[in-house]
Amino acid sequence: MPQSEPSAVRKFLMSRGNSAFADRAFQMLMVICALSIFGIVLLILSELMLRSSLAWHNFGLRFFFQPPAHDANLGETGSYWDPVNGHFSALPFIYGTLVSSLLSLLIAVPLAIGLAIFLTEMCPKFLRGPLAFVTELLAAIPSIIYGLWAVFVLVPLLREYVNPLLVKYLGWTRLFVDDNPTGLGYVAAAVILAIMILPIISSLTREVMTAVPHSQREAVLALGATRWEMIRVGVLRNARIGIVGAVILGLGRALGETMAVTMVIGNTPEISKSLLSNGSSMASVIANEFSEAVSDLHRSSLIEIGLALFIVTIIVNAVARILVWAVTRGAPANAH
Amino acid sequence: MATTTSSFRSKFRTATDRAVSGLAVLATVLVIVPLVAIFVYLLIKGVSSLNLAFFLQNPVPEGESGGGMANAIVGSAVLLGIASVIGVPIGIGAGIYLAEFGRGTKLATAIRFTADVLNGVPSIVMGLAAYSLIVVPTGHFSAFSGGVALGIMMIPTVARTSEEMLLMVPNNIREAALGLGLPNWRSVLSITVKTASPGIITGCMLAFARVAGETAPLIFTALGNTFWSTDPNRPIEALPLQIWVYATGPYEDQHRLAWAGALVLIALIVIAVSLVRYVASRGVLKGAS
Repeated sequence: MPQSEPSAVRKFLMSRGNSAFADRAFQMLMVICALSIFGIVLLILSELMLRSSLAWHNFGLRFFFQPPAHDANLGETGSYWDPVNGHFSALPFIYGTLVSSLLSLLIAVPLAIGLAIFLTEMCPKFLRGPLAFVTELLAAIPSIIYGLWAVFVLVPLLREYVNPLLVKYLGWTRLFVDDNPTGLGYVAAAVILAIMILPIISSLTREVMTAVPHSQREAVLALGATRWEMIRVGVLRNARIGIVGAVILGLGRALGETMAVTMVIGNTPEISKSLLSNGSSMASVIANEFSEAVSDLHRSSLIEIGLALFIVTIIVNAVARILVWAVTRGAPANAH
Repeated sequence: MATTTSSFRSKFRTATDRAVSGLAVLATVLVIVPLVAIFVYLLIKGVSSLNLAFFLQNPVPEGESGGGMANAIVGSAVLLGIASVIGVPIGIGAGIYLAEFGRGTKLATAIRFTADVLNGVPSIVMGLAAYSLIVVPTGHFSAFSGGVALGIMMIPTVARTSEEMLLMVPNNIREAALGLGLPNWRSVLSITVKTASPGIITGCMLAFARVAGETAPLIFTALGNTFWSTDPNRPIEALPLQIWVYATGPYEDQHRLAWAGALVLIALIVIAVSLVRYVASRGVLKGAS
């Protein structure tokens, strides 16, 4: 058959040209944008490692646990963190971060799980929306505002009412000794941290609990369980791993929390057994001292603390996300 | 017959059930009431300190009364502008990749995971990275470095919310566009993204509001400035920074201003969160099949 003239449609399509190049360029552009997320992680890692190399060369791994330097002139041990003499040990900050975070978990986890249980299993339908909205709102409040409230309301409250009670009734544990009653300290930091991480733990626990299929609940109920038994056996047992993930995520947030903790922890680079005494956390020392640090070694040490904080929170968050994913099977997690 | 034991046992079980229900309600009350009380306290304290001078005047010297936070508000606006220019396009681009091109691939899963993990990194670390990247080579603090720190915080958040919104667009729309002969890039941009745009915009607003309240990354990048400044190459004041400095200072007047600033921030957050909820509940397509 002789080659006939191309049809009008064919001519039209051929004249419009091939969009293969544009398509590929567009896809490349989108891929580059997506890879930028990896780029951010690498950027932070490389910049922090670069700037902390001075401190790393000076102290090595001992930076994280070396004791105070012995002050030959005064014949006594100096402080852990001595910008004047160039002796830097991150131990009090690691201690402060761990103590305030773990104490806050102790307060927050039972309350958050209780709230989650109430919201998913017991709450009347009309209350569910508003309560969930309030929780989401509270998760979005900036840290500085929690800090503001903590300084003007929480700390006086603790100083006047709560701390004396703690000393009176729990002083026998020798964990509650209040030499300098200002209301600031580990306890204040733990309370405000607990308030801040509660919404996160609670909403993630709710997500995990709602991911448990209804068949589980119905099966347990059909066997004659009470509501609590249904929750315990049908829901919590299945969501266990995810709840642990939610708690670890809360821990991750508490470890890195800066502004609210800086305002109430007292900012003393010391290690004390008493929970009512002032302390310092890794994030708070960076926030407090960085803009006024004069020596390169001081700044480099602070950046090394920042690097440690970065690596720890990445690991903690990654573990938490994997655990939550294991239960919710990769449904898009809330961008908390 | 085990009637007595089973009767005790069933009583025990009912009692436990009631006790736990009570505990759950107690936990809820213990959580919600103080949290709402914080909110209300902030509102009351903030409203009583808010006046027109707050928005129009610069701070006055310490100890004097009056003045406002005009330079902080403008400074925040500049910083957020820089941050959005960096964060929004790259974030939406990443979201488009995750939803349109990378669905189901291992790379997309890895990127999604990394974005979620990045969201949990403390913001002060981002500030340190921006300090190292920009402040050290240029030799001075600047609004630009603060904007970069905030921008790289926005990217993972915007990417995830954009992806969620784009995934809500039904496939028939994409297929219809392609079937009509549109090139893929055109279909994605003009059809899919446009359909999901209310959701994407509110997602950006949420990231915007979140980043607007961040203080820590600005402490040693934007540094703060007691004077009026909009120059991206100079240190600049920001609302949360100003609140921090005032709150930790001894002056009553500055405390008053700090509460007012906190109220402005909270108002922004409430608007953003409510909008996101509204758009998400309405669905991406209004009344479309």
